[in-house]
Amino acid sequence: MSSASADPVAALAALRAEAEARIRSAVGREALQQLKTEYLGRKAGRVTAVLKTLPSLDPEARRVVGQAANDAKAAIERLLEEADAARVALEGGTAGRDLTMPARYAWRGAIHPVTLVIDEICAIFAELGFSRYVGPEAETERNNFTALNFPPEHPALDMHDTFYLGEGKLLRTHTSPLQIRVMETYQPPIRVTMPGMCYRRDAFDASHAPVFSQVEALAVDEGITFVDLKASLSYFARRFFGRETRVRFRPSFFPFTEPSADMEVECRICHGSGCPACKNTGWMEILGSGMVDPNVFVNVGIDPEKYTGWAFGMGPHRMALLRYGIPDIRMLYDADVRLHDQFVDAV
Amino acid sequence: MNVSLRWLASLLGTDLDPIETRDRLLMLGAGVEGMEPLHHDLAGVVIGQVLEVRRHPNADRLSLCEVNAGAEIKHVVCGATNVVAGKKYPFAPVGTTLPGGVTLERRKIRGEVSEGMLCSERELGLGEDGDGILELETAAAPGTRLLDALPLADTRFVLEITPNRPDLLSHEGVARDLGAVLQQPVKLPPIPGAPAGVPRAARAASAGETAGVRVVIEDAVGCPRYTAAVIRGVKVRPSPAWLQDRLRAIGARPINNVVDATNYLLFENGQPLHAFDLAKLRGPAIVVRRAGRGETIVTLDGQSRQLTPETTVIADAERATAIAGVMGGAESEVAVETTDILLECAYFDPARTRLTRRTLGLSTEASYRFERGVDHDATPLRLLRAAELIVAVAGGRVDGVPVDVHPAPIPPTTIFVRDARIAHVLGVEIPRVDVERVLTALGCVVGPKDDRLAVQVPAWRPDLTREIDVIEEIARVVGYDRFPDDLRLFRPGTVPDAPSERLADRLRRVLVGLGLHEAITSSLGPRLDEREPMVLNPLSQEEAYLRADLLPGLVRRVEYNWRQMQRNVRLFEIGHVFHKKECSLPDEEIRVAAVVTGARRPPHWSEPEPPDYDLFDVKALLEAAARVVRPGAALAGEGSELVMRDAAGVVVGRGLEPTADRPAWAARVFGFELSVEMGEAPRLRAAPLPRSPAVERDVALVLPETMAAADVEATLRAGAGRLLERTWPFDEYRGAPLASGARSVAWRLVFREEGRTLREAEVDEALARALKEVEQRHGVRRREA
Repeated sequence: MSSASADPVAALAALRAEAEARIRSAVGREALQQLKTEYLGRKAGRVTAVLKTLPSLDPEARRVVGQAANDAKAAIERLLEEADAARVALEGGTAGRDLTMPARYAWRGAIHPVTLVIDEICAIFAELGFSRYVGPEAETERNNFTALNFPPEHPALDMHDTFYLGEGKLLRTHTSPLQIRVMETYQPPIRVTMPGMCYRRDAFDASHAPVFSQVEALAVDEGITFVDLKASLSYFARRFFGRETRVRFRPSFFPFTEPSADMEVECRICHGSGCPACKNTGWMEILGSGMVDPNVFVNVGIDPEKYTGWAFGMGPHRMALLRYGIPDIRMLYDADVRLHDQFVDAV
Repeated sequence: MNVSLRWLASLLGTDLDPIETRDRLLMLGAGVEGMEPLHHDLAGVVIGQVLEVRRHPNADRLSLCEVNAGAEIKHVVCGATNVVAGKKYPFAPVGTTLPGGVTLERRKIRGEVSEGMLCSERELGLGEDGDGILELETAAAPGTRLLDALPLADTRFVLEITPNRPDLLSHEGVARDLGAVLQQPVKLPPIPGAPAGVPRAARAASAGETAGVRVVIEDAVGCPRYTAAVIRGVKVRPSPAWLQDRLRAIGARPINNVVDATNYLLFENGQPLHAFDLAKLRGPAIVVRRAGRGETIVTLDGQSRQLTPETTVIADAERATAIAGVMGGAESEVAVETTDILLECAYFDPARTRLTRRTLGLSTEASYRFERGVDHDATPLRLLRAAELIVAVAGGRVDGVPVDVHPAPIPPTTIFVRDARIAHVLGVEIPRVDVERVLTALGCVVGPKDDRLAVQVPAWRPDLTREIDVIEEIARVVGYDRFPDDLRLFRPGTVPDAPSERLADRLRRVLVGLGLHEAITSSLGPRLDEREPMVLNPLSQEEAYLRADLLPGLVRRVEYNWRQMQRNVRLFEIGHVFHKKECSLPDEEIRVAAVVTGARRPPHWSEPEPPDYDLFDVKALLEAAARVVRPGAALAGEGSELVMRDAAGVVVGRGLEPTADRPAWAARVFGFELSVEMGEAPRLRAAPLPRSPAVERDVALVLPETMAAADVEATLRAGAGRLLERTWPFDEYRGAPLASGARSVAWRLVFREEGRTLREAEVDEALARALKEVEQRHGVRRREA
């Protein structure tokens, strides 16, 4: 036998405590209404039910239980009234509320910092008429190397430490095989940005990851020159880093472009005065670029005498570190919610 | 490669400023990875001349010296035994900080005051010798700064050279590039003490002889050119100071005069050389041939190596004694007792050298250069310079006439360049005179040919084979910064935006809007099942396979966040997954997956703790994602999972509770994964807004637990007919007075007909029809009021 039915007064006290807790946590008019019915309803209210048993009790018990039941009923009514007043104040106006208390939010999500960078790069080039093109991450040696004018058994291959899948297949070491794919699928004029993940056999450390992103761009048409390359990339740098950003182009080497150029911008950290991040040069390398090598055009069946083009590739993971001051590239793979919570406003 | 500024300056015959030189090199395309001042920390050290040496009255091993330090005479206590009155030594007065970081103080040593220190080579960081003080042969007056008196102050650059430019792997090559900009020709400095009259090598077709040594090329593919000289009577000992200084300036360790001489020339002009101990060569003969099957050799590093016929070796009359272009053999190594040497200066084939290097896993300064291509024209001249240097620093004489075995001379490359093409690629007209000046400075021979320019390329530039290569050289030396950067009009491209990119973008916005963080995880992981393609050369077994699903990676990220004591984690990822396929590229598919765990909404002071996520939250996420990338797909519950199928019934997504390594305080984790379909979403058409009033009815039906509410609802809809606008379950109840195994599900039904107001009776009739259908079909009745 439970103590509740043994002692109606104790049962009433428990009922009253339960009602109080539920009223305090109830939200909205309907919830309060439901609680009122549940405890005080004329037909099936739980306190009402106790009152209904009074006639069957002996006089002494009737007095004690009756008193307790009426007290409980009054207390619950008072709590309901208070709660309703609070609800009206909250829903209907600000009178009497402390507006310095925190707002009520839903969860807020964040786009990944690397995606933010990729989208911004692509958006800037969209202003220059570039669309977005993508392709597979597992590639053929032909698309990744041979068609891009990497001679077989050449030291240039050492620049790309490659994961192999066997039978002439590999994980692309750069997004440049997309140049081959897009040129074999579409006719010039071609203006595309090509984001995607790439793979190199570098162990994870603060500045290297075996899996990382690149954005490639390719422009092919009649009459495109080195001046267009410089102009487009300088425009990008000023849009991405700020109007006053100083930019310089240095000769470089990639088998699939000639002339090749690395673009550098004034160091984002020391602004040109020299610091460890820029090896005291005052400049930071941002991307590799160049005029499409005629051999690449021949490999995809485009006439290099008629068409010229330029291309670049850059690393959004590195750019994200730079832009947001993230010290370690591994943090971009951890999915630590404490990092991503900081990006909820960056949509 | 390490480069000494002073060395470059000596080749250009001019002074060079370190910062200006660094910037010039950068703008010429040489990556300057580091720039290190050398010996600038010796600024306080001066020439001191010892005037008088006395015994220290209180110490046998110390002496008291009067040192002329220029302005005054200093009293110095010296511990060196080689101190001699009248000679000059480096003197560090009180207040000088030496390379080790010690600042000299005026102090008493055994009762005698010392006002500075006479220094040893080691104390100045100039070498290993710490036994005595450094005796200086200099005419400089006492008090002159050491750095002004001796050629010590230098700057070392660490250059990163791109693989197309083997010529820049030498001081001569770097100086030549600089000289093209500075308009300053490169001249090799004369060798101090070089013998006169060393004859130039005599050419032989495939076999020759020098000083009684037969030299034969049997493998002309692996070795197109081999020159050799015999030097007799050398004395192997330490090199003179100037040679040691040069090597130390680039961070190389001096060994002995013969080795130092070959190393010096390697870094001067990029030609790897090799010296054999002639006494150890059987025959004596040199045979350049392919290695025999199973042939072995012990290389200079003491390792025994198995050779294959793909490898070119230098053999004597009997067996291999060096691996061509890679490393010499231990047996014929030059040692202290060596007196006669055979000096090799050869051109080995780049592809063959690379193959050998890779097969043996052995990379050396020599293989690095041969792989990229050394100058095959200059081979005899470089042999000559090497012979002169060795005789100058190690003594002896060149015996007989050196030999140049050269089976098939390689004709020089001539490239024809059109003026119009230069402007066509570069966008700017470059005057012909500038073009000629640039190319000539780089060592090309240029002349007009018809309306083109004929450019004969020097052999040290194997990278120049086509018109475009020459155009790049013009742009490079003219300077990329001289080209304008004005945007011009462009024609729009023919390539549309990739549909998957548009879908991914919309998907991202939807899921971020629902409170999830985007994750990017590594697509390499451990093996989970049979579908994953394997990487042949993984970094570790933990990263040896390409992922076949996204969810496991996201669950690992949840576990990571739990380790950071984060209870509320909501992540999604859009990325590629891979499935093994025989004889072709893996099947690659774009997927979206999400995981949620913890509170369904942020806690707020006005409310009790919010409930945790459950599978119905994931159902909402999955449906929201599917509306973007899988319109028309249907979701059903199967067991404890949500399964999404496309119109053809193929499973395209799932929602479930994945297994996770969950701490006691963490909430359950739920997730979904869905394949992203590339199709375009159907066009959205807005329906007209209703103008007639709606009539609402609620019905609660008692269903067995095993009966799906969706099935009952479908019957309700069918039964109610066209007046029913929409219906949805709004409540579910279990418990008394319902029997166990039963539940009550309440639907709200909204009836409407456009253009008129419904009568109550029609609605009641429709509802009654619906209830009758449900009872007949499912045996389900209304809950008793």
